[in-house]
Amino acid sequence: MGKVLMKGNEVIAEAAVHAGCKYFFGYPITPQSELVAYMARRLPEVGGLFLQAESEVAAINMVYGAAGTGVRVMTSSSSPGFSLKQEGISYLVGAELPALIVNVVRGGPGLGNIQPAQSDYFQVTKGGGHGDYHTPVLAPSTLQEIIDLTEAAFDIADRYRTPVILLGDGMLGQMMEPVEFKELSERKPEQKEWATTGTRGDGKPRIISSLELNADALEKRNELLQKKFTMIKQNEVRFETFETEDADYIVTAYGTAARIAMNAINKARKDGLKIGMIRPITLWPFPEQPFIATRDRVKGYLSVEMSAGQMVEDVRLAVEGKAPVSFFGRTGGVVPTQEEIYDQIIQLAGGVEV
Amino acid sequence: MMEEILIAGFGGQGVMSMGQLIAYAGMTEGKFVSWLPSYGPEQRGGTANCAVVVSEEQVGSPLVSRPTTAIVLNNPSYEKFEPMVRAGGLLVVNSSLISKVSPRTDIRVLNIDATDKANELGNPKVANIILLGAFLEETGILSDESILEALKKVLSPEKHSLLEINRQALELGRSLTKAPTH
Repeated sequence: MGKVLMKGNEVIAEAAVHAGCKYFFGYPITPQSELVAYMARRLPEVGGLFLQAESEVAAINMVYGAAGTGVRVMTSSSSPGFSLKQEGISYLVGAELPALIVNVVRGGPGLGNIQPAQSDYFQVTKGGGHGDYHTPVLAPSTLQEIIDLTEAAFDIADRYRTPVILLGDGMLGQMMEPVEFKELSERKPEQKEWATTGTRGDGKPRIISSLELNADALEKRNELLQKKFTMIKQNEVRFETFETEDADYIVTAYGTAARIAMNAINKARKDGLKIGMIRPITLWPFPEQPFIATRDRVKGYLSVEMSAGQMVEDVRLAVEGKAPVSFFGRTGGVVPTQEEIYDQIIQLAGGVEV
Repeated sequence: MMEEILIAGFGGQGVMSMGQLIAYAGMTEGKFVSWLPSYGPEQRGGTANCAVVVSEEQVGSPLVSRPTTAIVLNNPSYEKFEPMVRAGGLLVVNSSLISKVSPRTDIRVLNIDATDKANELGNPKVANIILLGAFLEETGILSDESILEALKKVLSPEKHSLLEINRQALELGRSLTKAPTH
């Protein structure tokens, strides 16, 4: 199809259409409103339905309803609006319904601001809503990667009957980069034997619910959910490494922070320092393997985040005290510069030999 | 080659579209590019800026803190970004609206009275394209053909009548770098 220059928010929307998503329910919020606007224009063109709900809470419950019929459906928001969706996400998990939820993160807490941040990491990886659960979280760092991960998110959602979160931030949403889409092809909707599409006297009524008043039965259901989470952990971990083989120090970062850190790492490499990178692509399940593979020989790790230090906790869990783990982050919508990250690397490595 | 460009001015001076033209043209020429707007509670007449990276390699940071080139269209942008230009870099100044002259000797400075020249051409809106022309002449990173190709994409079809004046502005901008300005 050739390359086109698009905004990140629009890329997410078009990628969802390419993945066969025809239903969008949402409510606008900066810095992801272009996604909503794009869907409003685009979905009618492919025979889908766009609906602007009266609130984020309404939107996520509309997603619940649509997901129950077995179609590919999504919603999107940014941090404050994403918080409002937590109850609905917990219900989706409880009722085992597949859906895509996009969070284009902005500075918090509270209303915060509209600048890029990664401070919703805890919320997306540790549950977010009530009950014992995790949702798979995919964190792209380029606009081209958004295309692959949006499709992967829908596939994972269907495979495990679970909501999946695509995590971006204001910078990824607002920036433009060339992307290339595959030719749009009509997908056959997957047959979902659990979907509630109306009884035709062809079997027992199907019921979708997250309610289970019997404690033993609810414990059984929780055990099944946990089994599913274990399977996701085994099968769906994604990450990328860069020159970790000979690295003395490894920087770890995801999304926007990772691409900025890459500039600093490249500069440090030119200065003769052996610096590598581990970039988690799934934040849950967290990629422990590349840390386990390197923790006995590296001199230390540096977690770079647009937060006060959230992913660094998972890094420490994966490293299990076998190497020092330090942290550098900026908060409140301030994006760390490549120069700042470079300085942190130099400090960690004890300076550059001149 | 990696150009990290910052373009800044008043909202309405065509700062964002200048950046998009460079990004489009870079993409057309098979380079890696990124375009990042400043966004915030912006308002008409407020300052706006965008960062553009044009590179032979995959773009890492789309955020530009120490630009290799800064193109500044008004006073507040000059104050903010003149000190940020990397040593050996380029500063393009719209001297019609900025009276200060950069004292820096470690960078190249082009003072172009773009707003005045645009008025002489008959359309004050092409001041940005004049500055773009000067930038392209000085750095040689993109051809006029790709910029004009990009303009066809950025301008809606009913505005294609403006292609000619934009072409003139681009050419004028290139010629203005010939006169020593610093």
